[in-house]
Amino acid sequence: MTDTAKKPDTSSFGLAGKALNELDERLGIAKGGRSLIDKIFPDHWSFMLGEIALYSFVILLLTGVFLTLYYVPSQELVTYAGSYAPLKGQHVSASYASTVDLTFAVRGGLLMRQIHHWACDIFVGAIVVHMARVFFTGAFRKPRELNWTIGTILLILAIGNGFVGYSLPDDLVSGTGLRIAFSITESIPVVGTYLAFFLFGGNYPGTAVIPRFFTIHVLLIPLIFLGLISAHLFLLVRQKHTQFPGKGRTENNVVGAPMIPIFAAKATGFFFMVFGVTALLGGLAQINPIWQFGPYDAAKISYAVQPDWYMGWLDGALRIWPAWEWTGFGHTIPLEVTLPSVILPGLVFTLALLWPGLERQLTKDHAMHNLLDRPRDRPKRTAFGAAYFAFLAMLFIASSTDVVANFFHISLNWVLWAMRVLVILIPVITYPVTYYLCKELQAADGGKRKRANVVSRTVSGEYVATESAERPGDGHHELEAEPVPDFIELEPSDLVAAGVRQVGR
Amino acid sequence: MSTDHGTPVSLSTAGPDDPHMQPLARNPQRMELAIGLAMLVGIAGIIGFGVAYWYNADSWVLGLTLGGGITILGFGITAWGKYLMPQGPFVEERHELRGTDEERELFAAAVVQRGGGILGRRKLLAGLAGLGLAAFGVVFAFPLVRSLGPLPGKTLTKTNWRKGTYLVDQTGRELHVDDLAVGGIVTVFPQGKQDSPEGQAVDQTVLVRVATRDFTTRPGRETWGPSGYVAYSKLCTHLGCPVGLYEQQLELLVCPCHQSMFNVTSGAWPQFGPAPRPLPQLPIYVDGRGYIRSQSGFSEPVGPGYWERS
Repeated sequence: MTDTAKKPDTSSFGLAGKALNELDERLGIAKGGRSLIDKIFPDHWSFMLGEIALYSFVILLLTGVFLTLYYVPSQELVTYAGSYAPLKGQHVSASYASTVDLTFAVRGGLLMRQIHHWACDIFVGAIVVHMARVFFTGAFRKPRELNWTIGTILLILAIGNGFVGYSLPDDLVSGTGLRIAFSITESIPVVGTYLAFFLFGGNYPGTAVIPRFFTIHVLLIPLIFLGLISAHLFLLVRQKHTQFPGKGRTENNVVGAPMIPIFAAKATGFFFMVFGVTALLGGLAQINPIWQFGPYDAAKISYAVQPDWYMGWLDGALRIWPAWEWTGFGHTIPLEVTLPSVILPGLVFTLALLWPGLERQLTKDHAMHNLLDRPRDRPKRTAFGAAYFAFLAMLFIASSTDVVANFFHISLNWVLWAMRVLVILIPVITYPVTYYLCKELQAADGGKRKRANVVSRTVSGEYVATESAERPGDGHHELEAEPVPDFIELEPSDLVAAGVRQVGR
Repeated sequence: MSTDHGTPVSLSTAGPDDPHMQPLARNPQRMELAIGLAMLVGIAGIIGFGVAYWYNADSWVLGLTLGGGITILGFGITAWGKYLMPQGPFVEERHELRGTDEERELFAAAVVQRGGGILGRRKLLAGLAGLGLAAFGVVFAFPLVRSLGPLPGKTLTKTNWRKGTYLVDQTGRELHVDDLAVGGIVTVFPQGKQDSPEGQAVDQTVLVRVATRDFTTRPGRETWGPSGYVAYSKLCTHLGCPVGLYEQQLELLVCPCHQSMFNVTSGAWPQFGPAPRPLPQLPIYVDGRGYIRSQSGFSEPVGPGYWERS
């Protein structure tokens, strides 16, 4: 500060070094920047799942901006005069006409639209699988509960924005989905009709819903997304990544590869791979051919129509729920709609949001956790998670009762009742089966739980089986108060004896 | 300093000769060649995409060249990071997130005493400020929400069916008693509403011919089915989808959305599926010239259930 005219010192790293010096002079980035590029990222294939979600989001932004340049968010009826011959002269909404035109008349439009749709399906899928990884390895435990919450909200928003975006072309299939969404909103007791009218700008179909959903889809939710994803990543950097136990890995360190250059190289390459696979799908696998569905017409409907995969479980619940409408005191509560499509998803997501706190209460485990669990070592949690997914999977299958009945030539009635039973039965079976599988895996895994029998022949020719001596790790039980099994700190030779699988190289 | 490969070292202490700094590839030259070739193939794919775009090739060519190119390029870059960069593993200490007890004391003092204390000393001002913020929130939010749409009012219970309304098909043609054979079905609208969004969304009705003579679906509806014609609201009572399928042999109207089935001969009773109520029936008559017209509107609200529905 004393010598204000002095230029920054020349750097021994040439021009680039000088530029960095200039930056540091103004932003003070040398210290923090160094620790950021030295930041260690642990290495495991399952840590890439969240990356897939992040990269899909980037792809969605890129392709989405392209689509907004040609899409017209309006339900105003126009006479189609574009390049798609079968539609010529028909009265269709401006949003449908513009979607068909951006598909066929804009060069690369079909590819971009299909990449956008595939990226969305992959985005939601990657979030779900990433969340399952975090759940089954216990990565959500203290201090990362908040990031679990943010992630769950991101999932809910992703599903919601997927549905909203799917509605924008205003085709026959998505319009039917909107009709159902309107009716579901209506079904909420007391305020339902008001909510539905406020959301849709009047009675269905009206003319406000497509422009409104467009703003929600391209502005409101993406903004919230950007904020929450930034918070998600900030917390990841601040709290540092979790890691699996292994050689030299403790609760107090991170073992892996530094951000620059190794992680950066791998992540850049992986981004290209995700983008590439999405582009391959967008080019080679047709998705949502709205020109075949036709424009929306409230009095028409097509058969065997399924929503995007992430809505399937809700559709399945609506199909198999019994017709339980409640009427009384001059009012109606359509429980056959409210329960499966409002209360049930509410419970499913609330349980997910509350899980870290719930598990802390159940296990009285308030310790910091930076080392991950192997799912088999937490049989109760693993079994619960498996049952939870089994339940959702059964609901998902239930969303295609008609297709199943047609394909296998069985009565729809049988399929319906089978799904009603299976949706309860399969999770109930999944829990104990998973639980005992975990126990068996533990036992098989280096004698941690069951000790091996040593069979020896005595001098008199008698065979005697005795339990082998206790080995390190035998005492490691499910949800022990001590979070770090002490065998992790042992010497490498002991590790092998304890049967600890070495993670990484 | 350990020279053992598997034991992690700190990045700052590993010298250039440290085994951790060596690439994972056994033969780096060959690996470099392989990666370089992969990247070349990837770049060729990307250039191919540019060419395909220039010549307006089919979408699948665009996807194949772009997707294939960047996937292979991505493989190359990732392999570079994995096999040719320092193999590690490297270790970094975690810093405890929590502050020291003293830092916590000072932080809590600042929040509770300086922040909370000020609010506590001037309870009236704090209360007024809180009230002002709350009032602002409510007053600001109210028009924001209220402007979003009209109140439902009677719109959900009203249709455009009146006494004497002609039943017309989607092209606007009036339906005549001779138009349908037994087993025939057509979607009808109130005359003049066949092209309007609300006509399509709310008024849509299915007209089915189930017999040749007057047909009674339920007691009290003796005059509603002239010449075997019966008319029902096309809106499913489950979620409002159009009940668009007709199973002629079983005389069932089927909703393709969630497979509710309504028996047309028994007043559209929900025989199967999640729909809780029959489809409302439209009383119709055949006028002197043989045209089918409605006696009145529906006797109950059409479509799915909601709170205000009695």
